[in-house]
Amino acid sequence: MAAATIPRMTIEDRLYLIRFKADKESHLVIKDPQVCLDCETKPCTTFCPAHVYEWEDNRITVSYEGCVECGACRIGCPPGNISWRYPRGGFGVSYKYG
Amino acid sequence: MAEEKFDVIVVGAGPAGTAAALTAAKAGLDVVVVERGDYPGAKNVMGGVLYADMMSSLIPEFWKNAPLERRIIEQRYFLVHGESAVSIGYRNPQYANDPPNNFTVLRAKFDKWFAEQAEAAGAFIITETVARELIRENGKVIGIRTDREEGDLYADVVIIADGVNSLLAKQAGFHPEWKPDQVALAVKEIIALPKEVIEDRFNIESGQGVTYEFFGQVTNGMVGNAFVYTNNESLSVGLGVMLADLVKSGLHPYDLLDEFKSHPMVAALLKGGETKEYMAHLIPEGGVDAMPPLYGNGFMICGDAAQMVNALTREGSNMAMESGRIAGEVAKLAKDRNDFSVNTLSEYQRRLEKSFVLQDLHQFRNTTKYLEHNQHFLSLYPELADMALHEFFLVDGASKREKIRRIMDRVKQKRSLWRIGRDFYGLYKNMK
Repeated sequence: MAAATIPRMTIEDRLYLIRFKADKESHLVIKDPQVCLDCETKPCTTFCPAHVYEWEDNRITVSYEGCVECGACRIGCPPGNISWRYPRGGFGVSYKYG
Repeated sequence: MAEEKFDVIVVGAGPAGTAAALTAAKAGLDVVVVERGDYPGAKNVMGGVLYADMMSSLIPEFWKNAPLERRIIEQRYFLVHGESAVSIGYRNPQYANDPPNNFTVLRAKFDKWFAEQAEAAGAFIITETVARELIRENGKVIGIRTDREEGDLYADVVIIADGVNSLLAKQAGFHPEWKPDQVALAVKEIIALPKEVIEDRFNIESGQGVTYEFFGQVTNGMVGNAFVYTNNESLSVGLGVMLADLVKSGLHPYDLLDEFKSHPMVAALLKGGETKEYMAHLIPEGGVDAMPPLYGNGFMICGDAAQMVNALTREGSNMAMESGRIAGEVAKLAKDRNDFSVNTLSEYQRRLEKSFVLQDLHQFRNTTKYLEHNQHFLSLYPELADMALHEFFLVDGASKREKIRRIMDRVKQKRSLWRIGRDFYGLYKNMK
């Protein structure tokens, strides 16, 4: 009997399933872009579970609209270069199941 | 919002905050709960297991009305190596009787219901509101500043239950930022399957459920584990690893989850399921060593915000509820004495020390660290267990004595018996 195969999902597919209400302003702010330039591994681009951070054209882009508010980037960024707060009340992720 | 004064402000409507609010409101105190989600539960995530004992002490016979998914009758642990696994489990259908032992929930539904019970007891719940900082005066916490206009709230005591990020206590300087080796990052999916399919696949009746925990290769050598829990018409499927390990690995957590879902043993359980939701959350795993002061003049800290999780037994929601209930009781005691200083609030710590919460956290304070520093428990030992049992169960004409000799030879090639003895003695010592 062939083993069951489970279709792989992209992170975009996954985020599409979540209900978000994005604020106009980002609740995630890179404190000093130079620090990211000097950061060798840029681990935020891999460990963030919502793939909020991407290295493009020599800078970190921050897709805060898809942030699931876990807080991992604030703690995991090696030089502590991410200023992190909760989105304003009524904004951000809103789970149906949780 | 006009300037208002309450007996108690509770920040956060999760298991800790709602337990505190319900307890204090039932005791006749004037309670306000500040919750940042659209509704209590909208921002709340866990693996999915809650515990009846702590619920019963808050709401007797809660199971008659609460939105529970399935009562857990079987807990099973899998040590995975390659396509094979060694497993140990315990099944007892009596766990499904009243009162249940533990059960799965979907937090968005359960927390909403739980908060409604606090509301019915008289607590006032304000949603869509973020508590940004504590207001202090003369070394005493006297209220909170919210992100609403004129959103300052005042109370005799603030119960801080704002979850694992614990931003309020950090902002107030009660604890430093958590370190990457003090939190785990977990990702999870809700995967829908028909009720009958779940019951067939997991060998359970209607209303019964199982928890499967997976250790070993599923986390690529990182400290952590993966799980499959049964809900009524869905499975909670997730994976969590220490954030420090994940940062170093260069891996996407959702790719690790995909790998886990594709493992032949897991894929067979999920086949045909449809992912309904994806979520991520931190788990505090620093234990007592990371714990902030639990109380001070005018405040108490409960649940995840105070690092109250036993990572080894994946218990957290029970500690949150227990600490919340005790905080609610101590708030009542403080009101009766009209003393909200450390003199009375220190009773919170004393009662927690007598409860399983601090006793368990003290007992296991070094266990996670021990596993982190001895990673062969999650890599080498699953491999050896796989090899030994594969050899033992394979019928190939060799005598049992010969088989045991082969097994011991191969074990000794990987690690000396003396080292193995030392590893397990160390584990035992760190769990005593």
